[in-house]
Amino acid sequence: MFPAKCDYYRATSAAEAIDLLGRHDNARLLAGGHSLIPMMKLRLCEPAALIDIGRLEELRGVSENDIGDNALRIGALSTHTEIATSETLRTRCSLLAEAARQIGDPQVRNKGTIGGNIAHADPASDLPAVLVALGATIHILGPNGERSIAAPSFFTDLLTTALEPNEIVTTIEVPVAPPGSGSAYLKVEHPASGYAVCGAAATMTIEGSSCTAASLAFNGVAATPVHAEAVTAALAGTAADDSAFRAAVDAHLEIAEPLGDLHASGEYRVALAKVYGRRALEKARDRALS
Amino acid sequence: MSVKIEVEVNGTRHEREVDPRLLLVHFLREELSLTGTNVGCETSLCGACTVKMDGLTVKSCTQLAVQADGASITTIEGLSPEGELHPLQQAFWDEHGLQCGYCTPGMILAAEGLLAVNPSPGESEIRESLKGNLCRCTGYHNIVKAIQSAAKGGA
Repeated sequence: MFPAKCDYYRATSAAEAIDLLGRHDNARLLAGGHSLIPMMKLRLCEPAALIDIGRLEELRGVSENDIGDNALRIGALSTHTEIATSETLRTRCSLLAEAARQIGDPQVRNKGTIGGNIAHADPASDLPAVLVALGATIHILGPNGERSIAAPSFFTDLLTTALEPNEIVTTIEVPVAPPGSGSAYLKVEHPASGYAVCGAAATMTIEGSSCTAASLAFNGVAATPVHAEAVTAALAGTAADDSAFRAAVDAHLEIAEPLGDLHASGEYRVALAKVYGRRALEKARDRALS
Repeated sequence: MSVKIEVEVNGTRHEREVDPRLLLVHFLREELSLTGTNVGCETSLCGACTVKMDGLTVKSCTQLAVQADGASITTIEGLSPEGELHPLQQAFWDEHGLQCGYCTPGMILAAEGLLAVNPSPGESEIRESLKGNLCRCTGYHNIVKAIQSAAKGGA
């Protein structure tokens, strides 16, 4: 399999990348290449020009210290390996590190980037629901300057985001896990590809034996991450026990248009989401209490 | 359009003009005649094309040669001096960690990548690290044994 012919330009800054995107028709950004190159080889995508941003140090790295209000900044070019092994993330935003560790395989994690992953917006990918559950903010740079989008508004449809054609993701901002909280990412993965048939991301804060705050989101079950806000709203202030989780998930998890394909029907994915959502909440609670 | 790249492969510097769409695995095999790196599934799944790039294992079917400009690459040919076997190669031989051998270069590079960061991995860590490398002959039992044996020997 060979990609179609294309031109190649290497950007030396994020601003130059945006300029190059504006000057070339049908141009695509190349970061790690682990979503784009497979698409190019299958001829699902035939860009006329590649704008290589893979070497931009300004877009790399995880901040070691908080910025502003208890948040960490992750450069868009940070690889899944860097995120999975970052001591800062493992201790202060472990949900993201836990999910990154479950992506693909070691070789894929060594090259795939968080920015590329979310810009591609594959519904079966692992990071989108995690960023939604965390309440992450996506920082974007474009011809008109910077703007920021909350993660749930970033993913707009299957393989589609709120990014305008000449914009790039620069950083992802994630909140530091509060004291007394726990989180978990659990997935049923497709045995060959490793993609999520259903992935459940949960966070929970416990005071005494009550759940004071929680979030829950799913990958793989719909065109965009499913943010189960009704489930976690029902849990707030209640006893954090298994029966409460089961009742809340059964009563309030709604997936309007479940995604079905030859691997798993929509109905089956909804059934998986109910089970894995509950288990992710249980595990988040157990970790909050430990 | 062609792009000039300079890549160090197994300690030797190479300068070439390449088509931007040229995949790294084809650059290694066809431009440099290093055919030890195999082309398997071509879809980033099987790991037969695994090489080390700046110290990290990558699937060379899912990299463009232009992305390797300035990089240092190790392929199976460069793992040990000419005529000698790397301890992992010796262990795969001793433990019969292969049958047809097609996946072996990728398996050995993936194992080398694991041992570089974790010199004495447990069995589950070895199996986890081989998630991106498929063997379709005979399973993974002897491959895991070979990596355990190489790790014991200090590979």
